[in-house]
Amino acid sequence: MNDLLIIMKQELLLTLIIFVLLTLKIAKDMDNGAFLNLVNLLLAINFVVGFLGGMEGMLFNEMYHTNSLIILEKNILNLGTLIISLQSWSWLKDHKHVAEFYILLLCTLLGMFFMISAGNLLMFYLGLELSTIPLAAIANFDLAKRKSSEAAMKLIISSAFSSGLLLFGISLVYGSTGTLGFAGIAASYSADPMQLFAFVLLLAGFGFKISAVPFHLWTADVYEGAPVAVTSYLSVISKGAILFVLVPVLYTVFKPIAESWYNMLYLLSVVTIIVGNLFAIRQENFKRFLAFSSIAQVGFILVGITGSSSAGSSAVVYFVLIYIFSNLAAFGVVSFVSATTGREGISDYKGFYKTNPVLSWVLAIGLFSLAGVPPTAGFFGKFFLLLAGAGKGNYILLTIAALNMIISLYYYLRIVKAIFMDSNDHPIEKLSVPVFPKLALYLCMAGIVFTGFVRYVYDYIQSLSIGF
Amino acid sequence: MKNIIEYVWLVPLFPLAGFLINGLLRNSLSKSLTGIIGSGSILASFIVSILIFLDVKAGIDGPVIVTLFDFISFQDVSIPFAFQVDQLSSLFLLIITGIGFLIHVYSVAYMHEENSSHFARYFAYLNLFVFSMLLLVLGSNYVIMFIGWEGVGLCSYLLIGYWFKNIEYSNAARKAFVMNRIGDLGFLLAVFWLIGRIGTVNFSEVFSKVDTLSSLDLTAITMLLFIGATGKSAQIPLYTWLPDAMAGPTPVSALIHAATMVTAGIYMIARSNILYTMAPTTQTVVMVVGLGTALLAATIALKQNDIKKVLAYSTVSQLGYMFIALGVGAYTGAVFHVMTHAFFKALLFLGAGSVIHAMHHEQDIRNMGGLSKKLKTTHLTFLVGCLAIAGIIPFSGFFSKDEILAAAFMKSPIVWALAAIGALMTAFYMFRLYAMTFLGKFRGTSEQEHHLHESPPAMTIPLVILAVLSFAGGLVGIPEVLMPDSHSLAKFLEPVFAESNRISVPHHPDHTTELLLMFGLMAVIAVVIFWAVGKYKKYEKSGEENTGFARILENKWYVDEIYEALIIRPVNAFGKMLGKFDNFGIDWVVNGVGRSVQYASRQIRLLQSGQVGSYVLLMVIGMIVLFALQVFLKK
Repeated sequence: MNDLLIIMKQELLLTLIIFVLLTLKIAKDMDNGAFLNLVNLLLAINFVVGFLGGMEGMLFNEMYHTNSLIILEKNILNLGTLIISLQSWSWLKDHKHVAEFYILLLCTLLGMFFMISAGNLLMFYLGLELSTIPLAAIANFDLAKRKSSEAAMKLIISSAFSSGLLLFGISLVYGSTGTLGFAGIAASYSADPMQLFAFVLLLAGFGFKISAVPFHLWTADVYEGAPVAVTSYLSVISKGAILFVLVPVLYTVFKPIAESWYNMLYLLSVVTIIVGNLFAIRQENFKRFLAFSSIAQVGFILVGITGSSSAGSSAVVYFVLIYIFSNLAAFGVVSFVSATTGREGISDYKGFYKTNPVLSWVLAIGLFSLAGVPPTAGFFGKFFLLLAGAGKGNYILLTIAALNMIISLYYYLRIVKAIFMDSNDHPIEKLSVPVFPKLALYLCMAGIVFTGFVRYVYDYIQSLSIGF
Repeated sequence: MKNIIEYVWLVPLFPLAGFLINGLLRNSLSKSLTGIIGSGSILASFIVSILIFLDVKAGIDGPVIVTLFDFISFQDVSIPFAFQVDQLSSLFLLIITGIGFLIHVYSVAYMHEENSSHFARYFAYLNLFVFSMLLLVLGSNYVIMFIGWEGVGLCSYLLIGYWFKNIEYSNAARKAFVMNRIGDLGFLLAVFWLIGRIGTVNFSEVFSKVDTLSSLDLTAITMLLFIGATGKSAQIPLYTWLPDAMAGPTPVSALIHAATMVTAGIYMIARSNILYTMAPTTQTVVMVVGLGTALLAATIALKQNDIKKVLAYSTVSQLGYMFIALGVGAYTGAVFHVMTHAFFKALLFLGAGSVIHAMHHEQDIRNMGGLSKKLKTTHLTFLVGCLAIAGIIPFSGFFSKDEILAAAFMKSPIVWALAAIGALMTAFYMFRLYAMTFLGKFRGTSEQEHHLHESPPAMTIPLVILAVLSFAGGLVGIPEVLMPDSHSLAKFLEPVFAESNRISVPHHPDHTTELLLMFGLMAVIAVVIFWAVGKYKKYEKSGEENTGFARILENKWYVDEIYEALIIRPVNAFGKMLGKFDNFGIDWVVNGVGRSVQYASRQIRLLQSGQVGSYVLLMVIGMIVLFALQVFLKK
């Protein structure tokens, strides 16, 4: 019993928080400011406790398992959620349904935790659904905006479709192997057509969630319509969680057909990088731009995954960590500007440096890191990804990735140029940033510097990824 | 207790800290505080250097390597950030920090007219300069050495162009930088070659693996390193930056010429002595280039009228002597001359600075004269410097120059004869300079005469200290023939050059010949000195211009003009041509790529229709393609 408490402590704590919030909501009307303070405090505690006294182990007939790497991954997601929560302060402080927002949000996080820890396809599916359905609800949280409802609708329809694909795939896997446990599948999987087809269905489900091309089309509409907080949560946290599952599933469960999935992943990564970049180039809306550039980033991650080695696994975790900091730095500024002024166009940011030098630097450093410009952390992240991808010796893939990094430099730096060099008759006025969003931005900056320069971070992740 | 050598990182740390403090707080520090931090940091380094030197002198078993951290490691090449302390580096530490300190103190007074922000900038650069040089000398491998090597290049650029508002000065700075960069390329290629061939750049490993290198490799590596040395140490063909480098403040010239920068090339070759001993072809090239530079620069110095230019060319010429010594395998002689030259050249430059200070930034010696009456300390110390550089016994220059000449004689009497002619010219131009500056009657304006004054003690005390060193500094290397068994410098440095000396045993001329050459040459030098002093003490300004050969000398053999015509103009023309190609060829391709990416981007956006149904359709198509790919690949 004690073991169960310790092994599942992250899930249990999160559930506890959800119940506390639920009780508060029912019991009394709190004012928004106090409620947000409390939530952020709880999330901070949740993040810190994640580091204390974890334990590896299996539960419920191998339905659920955890290890040091998984614990770290959950901590990373906790941190990301905390940052997003801090950033959304300006947006939420006047919102009528803050408690519901957090309850739904934390439910999705809980779903991700179960999904990451799954040792069985059924468990995985349950976690995945728990992490998706509440998201569709909070995508609709800009209640007055029609686009927000449209986003929610599109998200629920497309994810229903992808769930259908996943379930079909899972049933085919069960039908052909007679088991749903990861260990059992790994032992008996082969490349006969039915099992390959089952795998394609599963991969399509994954591809949908991480918005790999051609399963990405829902992304743009949903990202644009949803509130910024939800968009950044979707593009950073929920993507990161799926990637955390995808790597061990590919590397261990589907190891018998490694050659097949290598080819598929190769194709997916090339198409994803290229199409993501081509989409991103012409975006004029900052949120849409970040959404599409995040598609291209996923393409790079897929390149790292094709390496299929412990280096691949650690490079992915390391990159997701950096990606959280960099993307949230950019999203943080955009979400704050959008919440206070309502302006979201890239051309609105012309001359931003003149009025808001500090925010400009945060945005610029975040963009530099996303573009992979040394010495920001993003450079090291991409470097390790490509290095892991190079392990297979597929230099065509690496060349395509490198060329696309140059294209991505163009569109990231175009924004930096607009911020610093272009003049504007009506620049965004001088903004003063409240404490919580400011804290979030500082966290991101510190993260970009720290993960990039401190070798210990990568070494630590690598030491945990030896298993593959 | 740990050995003081383990704390060697303190030596470069102090100047680095000084640089950071003065550089970052330059707008808030007062001038006196800046001066104290700047000089104090070097003094602290000097004290540590003395302790290290004493420890080394007490005896160490081979070089001590102090590793700070792993700098670069990839595959099987590992380059640690480590310092190497041995006899050679500890001696250089003393020279750099000791003379550097005196120059810092002198600068406090010399630069007092600058406002406090620029004053702090000056000291920040100066500290960084010393730091880079210390890094260069202390590095235990070629890469760390290269960091310092680049650092001094950068600092010389910053300091030569210190008065950057003057276009001519910033051009001089750029020239120094470009010339140095050309040399640096050679250095870098040599480092790459080493990594490619033996996979290491650590001195100890390189020198122990030297037998595994083919003679072609050795020659190439040493030649490339030597190209680097010609840049830093101002040898033909890259010497032209050094005379222009006097555009910087005079103490900077002293620092460049005496304690840092130009000795870098000598140090590097002395450090790599085994490589050079094993590559006799390169040694010959080094010797010939050194000899050529020594003579060329000496002839130019004969006809220069700017007090700092004469000194600058004399430095080039003296560096030529050091390269002769390296070329004939007399490594101790080269290091010895570096040391004595550091003393007397720092003295001469600081003395010149004192004169310029007194004359209100007048540098033309035709407008000076008779300064001995007003500038007593400067005059006497400057005389000591002149006697030392001319090589009069028992001044320091005598011993070091004699050692080089003796080694040259054993190589070939012709080399000796040419080098001796250079020495005569040295005596001539130095005493021409001395006589025109300090003797005769004053030729400047009456206003200048009115303001003539001796410099403050912060400037004269360093002069006196350096004069004492210039006088007595040679006594550490008294030749065998004058006093047996008293060349303590050679004994001290013996372990560093032991391997080279084993491979090619140094010869000494027999005692009669050596004495004959030594005192014969000195007698002629003495005659030349009297001639020069007698001729120029009555110098009068006259309107007539130099003609014939003298005019060629005055224009420095037109070397700058030849470079301009042969290299700079063709390169510029080539650049213009490439520029055109860039505009029409490359830009077209680049823009074309950009346009096609933009076009593709426009087209692909059509996919994003907003219809969920079409999204789902595309997903299904994607899946079919993936599945078909598998089946197709299977067949």
